[in-house]
Amino acid sequence: MGKIEWAMWANEQALAAGLIYATGGIVGVAGQFRGWQFAAFGIAAGVFVCLLEYPRSKRGKGTSVERTGQYCFTVCVKAFGPLTRNYYVRAFLHAALCVPGGFMLATVLGCVCLAIASLIYLSAAIHGEHWEPILPRTEPPKRIGESIKEPPQNPPPRPPPELRRKKVDNLETAAYDNPMSVTTNE
Amino acid sequence: MGNYAANEGLSIFVILVWLGINVFLFVHFYMAFLVDRYYYTRVILGQALSWARAPAACLNFNCMLILLPVCRNLLSFLRGSIQCCSRTAARQLDRNLTFHKLVAYMIALHTAIHIIAHLFNFERFMDSQLMINSSYLPYVLSQIGNNDNRSYLNPIRSNETNPTIVMFTTIAGLTGVVITLALILIITSSMEVIRRSYFEVFWFTHHLFIVFFIGLVLHGVGRIVRGQTLESVIVHNPNECHSQFETWGQNDTNCPVPVFAGNPPMTWKWVVGPMFLYVCERLVRFYRSQQKVVITKVVMHPSKTLELQMKKKGFKMEVGQYVFIQCPSISQLEWHPFTLTSAPEEDHFSVHIRIVGDWTQALYTACGGDKTVVLDAWTLPKMAIDGPFGTASEDVFRYEVVMLVGAGIGVTPFASVLKSVWYKHVKENNVFTKKIYFYWLCPETQAFEWFADLLQSLERQMTEKNMSDFLSYNIYLTRWKDAEAAHLRVQYEAEDDPITGLKQKTRYGKPNWDNEFSAIATQHPGSKVGVFLCGPTALAKALGKQCISHKESGTEFIFNKENF
Repeated sequence: MGKIEWAMWANEQALAAGLIYATGGIVGVAGQFRGWQFAAFGIAAGVFVCLLEYPRSKRGKGTSVERTGQYCFTVCVKAFGPLTRNYYVRAFLHAALCVPGGFMLATVLGCVCLAIASLIYLSAAIHGEHWEPILPRTEPPKRIGESIKEPPQNPPPRPPPELRRKKVDNLETAAYDNPMSVTTNE
Repeated sequence: MGNYAANEGLSIFVILVWLGINVFLFVHFYMAFLVDRYYYTRVILGQALSWARAPAACLNFNCMLILLPVCRNLLSFLRGSIQCCSRTAARQLDRNLTFHKLVAYMIALHTAIHIIAHLFNFERFMDSQLMINSSYLPYVLSQIGNNDNRSYLNPIRSNETNPTIVMFTTIAGLTGVVITLALILIITSSMEVIRRSYFEVFWFTHHLFIVFFIGLVLHGVGRIVRGQTLESVIVHNPNECHSQFETWGQNDTNCPVPVFAGNPPMTWKWVVGPMFLYVCERLVRFYRSQQKVVITKVVMHPSKTLELQMKKKGFKMEVGQYVFIQCPSISQLEWHPFTLTSAPEEDHFSVHIRIVGDWTQALYTACGGDKTVVLDAWTLPKMAIDGPFGTASEDVFRYEVVMLVGAGIGVTPFASVLKSVWYKHVKENNVFTKKIYFYWLCPETQAFEWFADLLQSLERQMTEKNMSDFLSYNIYLTRWKDAEAAHLRVQYEAEDDPITGLKQKTRYGKPNWDNEFSAIATQHPGSKVGVFLCGPTALAKALGKQCISHKESGTEFIFNKENF
């Protein structure tokens, strides 16, 4: 358990906030409440936030767990470059999107949740975090058979002949076993 | 099918009963608001009134339940008492966290229904204040109680406001927003990703439940749900009088103006019991943590494993239990769970801690891990212990044949089991458990050392007592380097295993569970085999399936999983 990466929690909070914002908006529009235009905005903003927040960022340390099917969203979000990479932009964006929700009861909860997510993103940005896409790793294909076809060009490196033979009084320093037992030359 | 019933039957029964109670409460309270007392309320609100009150009742029930599965000490106590009667019931208490999560999801669902219904209620109350027309019943109803401000029906008292303002100026509305926010923050920080990576965020945010419960109890204090008083219904029957609303209270009618009152708050009756139990639970934890704990020995094992041997007055444990450890000099608020690796028969208790994060690293330094000189006992840090708490491994000795499966560090509870088994055999000869099959799955050789030492000494002692058949262990390396494998192929003929030094050889890859289960079933026909696992969920699923599908020779496999 290392130091907290605030962006991970901000991401969960923002995704939940997007869903709540959109649901509040749907209720407001379906029930034809007063101020339903704010509710309609809430649906649009909620859906947008969900799409933006669905792809998880790659973690600074440790393994990142993807959400199911997030690859296409990752590609879309990545296409916006620095706008989506920088968390200050996200914090400001969420703060701006949540304001219209405060004008109507049905979207108030979504507004407050998104505001909290914006604050956590601000904290993440201050700590220097940024969004990294999780892309599948392309490993270079292992070619096993190639080296077998080419015989080695050079002999393997060997120590000089004097060191190779096991001396009778110094068995440990020899490079390899002698095929015949070592006897002294008496 | 029989195995499935033995393994899952009680869980399914508990869940069905719980769902049944939820459904009953929902329907009962839905119908309770379709009576005459609420006739006029329904004139304004329609069915949304019942749709709001029914989930409220379910919320009362579920908020009562949610505190109970996390009273660790209470559950340990219950587990100990039930164990003598029924092993199955005791095992059910191991699934407390799963139940806690289920109840939490139900709370979230009912909160959503409750809020959506109230959105409609607020809108309709507002509408009936704004349609200023004395031939319009909702408007007439909303004007009742304008004089004394007590017998009113519509909680929105004027037409110069809007639902958002009303929400923030009523007790019910304000507490509602606060507790819903608390609930959402608790849920988002409890997502598995956050919980597994940053436990502190999860744990600290979870304490918002205090705000949640306070707000919940205060939520009904404003008595905002209003219906006709019983005395008023006697003199003013809504079914007959509703059409004569333009002449209510006038001299020649028998329909006086109806009088309304709010319902008293009910939630506190549901939650006060569990809240009290939880407060007791925290007090018990605090008291236990204040008891003096002395570190008697610190052992540094290879591959970043730290063993702490400790003594505490009055400490009693069973095999496979775990404790929570706090080190005030490192962090006042962090309590971390560790399995006990010593046997109950020893005079001290020990834990093996792997150094993986900030807290464990700080503990390592505080216990002199990076120093080579011997430390004096008084320089070692003060520790606090809460526990021990019981987990599935306590049941090991109640089975005649036992299969223990540990993956990686998950083998730790079984260290305690094996040591205890050995002490029992030394002291008495008629131990119920006759055969243990032990499987250890490990990705690399390095994690072996301290456990291999234990197995070696057990092996030696068993041979001395002529009991080499009692324990059959299989160690599987699930990851290996080619160079190592080559060396091992060459050493195949050696008597002792080159990695562990044990007589039984290390194997490679993963065990073929089908074969293992069949072999054990054939060896022990007609007996109940306890299968104990401490490891990842994927392995739990595989073993669970094997337990259910293997029924040859009348053997029954009962599956028990640790969870951390």
